[in-house]
Amino acid sequence: MDLEETKLPGVGLRHDFTTARGRRIGVISTRGGERELLVYSQDDPDACHAVVDLDGDEAEVLAELLGQPRVIERLARLREQIEGLATEGIYLEDGSPFVGRTLADAAVRSRTGASVVALVRNGEVVPSPAPSQRFRSGDKIVVVGTQEGVRATAELLAHG
Amino acid sequence: MHTAALLIELGAIIFGLGLVGRLAGRLGISPVPLYLLAGLAFGAGGVVPLNAPEGFLEAASEIGVVMLLLLLGLEYSAGDLLGNLRRQAPVGVLDLFLNGLPGAAAGLLLGFGPVGALAMFGITAVSSSGIVAKVLADLGRLGNRETPSVLGILVLEDLGMAVYLPILTAVLAASGVWEATGSVLIALACLAVALVVALRWGRFVSKFVSAGSSEVTLLRVLGLALLVAGVAERLHVSAAVGAFLLGISLASDLEEETHHRLEPLRDLFAAVFFVSFGLSTDPGSLPPVLLPALGLVVVGVLTKLVTGWVAAKRAGIAVPGRVRAGAALIPRGEFSIVIAGLATAAGVDARLAALAAAYVLAMAVLGPVLARFADPWARAWVRRQRERAATTAR
Repeated sequence: MDLEETKLPGVGLRHDFTTARGRRIGVISTRGGERELLVYSQDDPDACHAVVDLDGDEAEVLAELLGQPRVIERLARLREQIEGLATEGIYLEDGSPFVGRTLADAAVRSRTGASVVALVRNGEVVPSPAPSQRFRSGDKIVVVGTQEGVRATAELLAHG
Repeated sequence: MHTAALLIELGAIIFGLGLVGRLAGRLGISPVPLYLLAGLAFGAGGVVPLNAPEGFLEAASEIGVVMLLLLLGLEYSAGDLLGNLRRQAPVGVLDLFLNGLPGAAAGLLLGFGPVGALAMFGITAVSSSGIVAKVLADLGRLGNRETPSVLGILVLEDLGMAVYLPILTAVLAASGVWEATGSVLIALACLAVALVVALRWGRFVSKFVSAGSSEVTLLRVLGLALLVAGVAERLHVSAAVGAFLLGISLASDLEEETHHRLEPLRDLFAAVFFVSFGLSTDPGSLPPVLLPALGLVVVGVLTKLVTGWVAAKRAGIAVPGRVRAGAALIPRGEFSIVIAGLATAAGVDARLAALAAAYVLAMAVLGPVLARFADPWARAWVRRQRERAATTAR
């Protein structure tokens, strides 16, 4: 994929590329932080078929939706949640104190009241991980508990 | 007594401009032609002659020119300017001469003299960056592949004006060929020095200006702009060019912060500038110049279409994009009025102001309309091409 950058003097920068299926799309970044999403026309490749103006916040949300499928996963799962019970997949980031340590070291249940029910690593699920299970950076740790318990677990896993 | 009259008349004018500006927004056109019309209606020989705020309006319209050009300069960093110059210089030269020469010829034919012809050259040559940029944004064409060529031409025109305006002011101020040559050389030398300062030491200028709160920065930028403009005017380089160069040298670091702070000020003073140009033009002088103005409008539309065609073709754009590029370049506006204002202030034929007013009125209204028409035309062209391809394939 070739990303092209074009200067638009007085306006900002334009980036565009052609998708594998032959559609050309692009983004104009103005210096004020607004973005324009461009979809080029198939008939007249020099012209835009659709232009969507986005302010800074909207552009960020769109970028997140496009770039981070987890957000959508989580949103979809929210509906399935039983009232009072929260489920969350928490990613173990690089800087977490529990990288390389075991589930028992974290003592999640005794400290937060929430349970670790599964571990997702490289797309494979480890259901009901044993206390001796070691964490690796990038693991997704699936936690069930109260809303607060889940939040506390996320905090615990991130900062110890 | 006098203060009351000043405030009432000034308030009426500015409030009226607000109403007119809203009307322009409704109609989807630039407010520039409406400001001119409002000025024509109220000025000498108009419906309601005003006299109390004359001195204030004069000063405010001078500030308006400085603000217009300062913000224009702020849009471009020196790198943008040089990059465009390297890439598109031939198109820039074609643009200026193709569009300027008909104006100069008309000036000579109408007997404005060589200096008047030089002014007419600039009036017909330069597109209105303000209107063109707004039209492109409104029509959703900023992303189009021909748009960089269009914006590039605008940049080159602005740079061209930085050279042209000091020449024009020097020629306007001088009496006699030798004196004119001398002051042109001095003006160009000043310009070269200023450009070098803007390119080399722009960073220092920015650092010198930006300090503390945004209020302090605003006052410093505005004060420095007026100072530089005044000094430039003294040296016969024209205040406008001084402000433009200052804008360029400030562009890199300060642009974002100052731009949105100065914009409302620019809008206010620029509106006053357009109105006061209209005020100083007698509407009775318009009818005799209507026919030449019409001729220049027709020629001016065609020459800009050619310019846009050539520029877009060089960038590898297909036929519909070339027409869109040409149509987008048609509007003339602030620069033409700035030039006409300079020329009339220096005592060139009074008909020149009337001709420029009629020309800009037509171009500023017609330009955006024609630019809009280019879209359905381009779609139809693409459809026809495809049908033709289908029939030959069969």
